[in-house]
Amino acid sequence: MFESLKSQFILNFVDDERWRYLVNGLANTLKITFASVVLGIIIGVIIAIVRSTWDKTGADMRPGVGKFFLRLANGFCKLYLTVIRGTPVVVQLMIIYYIIFAASNNGVGIAMLAFGINSGAYVAEIIRGGIMSIDAGQFEAGRSLGLNYTQTMRHIIIPQAFKNVLPALANEFIVLLKETSVAGYVSVLDLTKGGDIIRGRTYSAFMPLIAVALIYLVLVIFFTWLVGRLERRLRSSDH
Amino acid sequence: MAVLEIKNIHKTFLPNTHVLRGIDFSLERGESVAVIGSSGSGKTTLLRCINFLETPDEGQILVNGETIFDAKDPETQKESEIRKKRLHFGLVFQSFNLFPQYTALKNVMLAGELLAKERPDYKQKKKQIVADIEKKAREILTRVGLAEKMDLYPHQLSGGQQQRVAIARALAMEPDILCFDEPTSALDPELTGEVLRVIRGLAEQKTTMIIVTHEMAFARDVADRVIFMDEGVIVEQGRAVDVIEHPQQERTRQFLSRYTEQ
Repeated sequence: MFESLKSQFILNFVDDERWRYLVNGLANTLKITFASVVLGIIIGVIIAIVRSTWDKTGADMRPGVGKFFLRLANGFCKLYLTVIRGTPVVVQLMIIYYIIFAASNNGVGIAMLAFGINSGAYVAEIIRGGIMSIDAGQFEAGRSLGLNYTQTMRHIIIPQAFKNVLPALANEFIVLLKETSVAGYVSVLDLTKGGDIIRGRTYSAFMPLIAVALIYLVLVIFFTWLVGRLERRLRSSDH
Repeated sequence: MAVLEIKNIHKTFLPNTHVLRGIDFSLERGESVAVIGSSGSGKTTLLRCINFLETPDEGQILVNGETIFDAKDPETQKESEIRKKRLHFGLVFQSFNLFPQYTALKNVMLAGELLAKERPDYKQKKKQIVADIEKKAREILTRVGLAEKMDLYPHQLSGGQQQRVAIARALAMEPDILCFDEPTSALDPELTGEVLRVIRGLAEQKTTMIIVTHEMAFARDVADRVIFMDEGVIVEQGRAVDVIEHPQQERTRQFLSRYTEQ
């Protein structure tokens, strides 16, 4: 029993330095996850600001160029949210890889972009919820001191909203970490693909797949622990 | 000349709550006016209209003789115009509305700093400008008795201290007229004293103020004039002592009797 496990281990990970598939795959998985979280937050903040600006002030705006563009931007954001949240991420990934960037074979870059665009939609709703949850009095206080809309948003509302949604954003990161496991569909060597390649070479599924699962599990447990600490820190400095 | 004139202000909240039904009054420089009345009489809405947090449906607002709001003139309702005109007024909220992510000092400095950035000479004189703003903020916080608390965050302060920071924050913008929206209503009774003392001090220094309040004794002792509002109109106004101790209108008497019974 032990001998056979040992020889399986050697076959799958040691021979031909197959462990490199897992290490390189893990590196790509982390790269894609971090990059797409950053991109997702940038997209998400922009969309959340457009959407909540429209929700808060759109109705009171006098007709004019500003209102027209805000309505247009809001419509575009809603379309983006509907399409991205209404289709599977694998399909989005393949469309971006095989259709939009058909000429490129920078799989990792395209995966970063695709997962970033996908994550942006979810982050946007998280942040919009955060902005809308800030007491209207904060906004009025800023305005009554003579700050304009942008200054009030940037210096008063967004920092508070961000703090409130930080745990939810960290969770989005954990979800994304697992979601990137479909990057193999566009021939990116991520962690899952790495395990799968080993399986194809050695004709043995057990070791590589369990190893992949364990690595994800350890990562998720680690990041969940980190989020928990973050949440406690935020709560202890709460108002 | 009156520093503030309010002419025929009407405000209706859809679908059909007619909150303000034609409010007229004026305020002289250095005068403090207390606005009293039961909940729902429109006091707070009036204050919010004056501070551009609500747009009146009808009427005009004049500051130093200049029309800063006219319901009939959309030019006066442009965002860029309103922003400048807001600075005629300072507003202290019932619920303080301090910015929780900044220290007391930073709460007082923030608006001044951000507005200074729009000055053409900001880049060259940045250090000097920020130092001046900080110096002034420290002075004002010291005036409201918070010299020791400047570097604390709002959640580390008591309600009374928070409200005093909020008063300092409004004062830092040097408004012509300082408005208070029930400044002690969210406070424990033992904390109202420190806030009322600060407001009393401001009245003694002839700060022009409008104070919406439920503290009748305070209104009588501190305000020069009292306005009693009911169902969206001014029922009675006059010298504070006269209105509160010898009300002429039946409605005012009814309202005040509830306070003296307590």
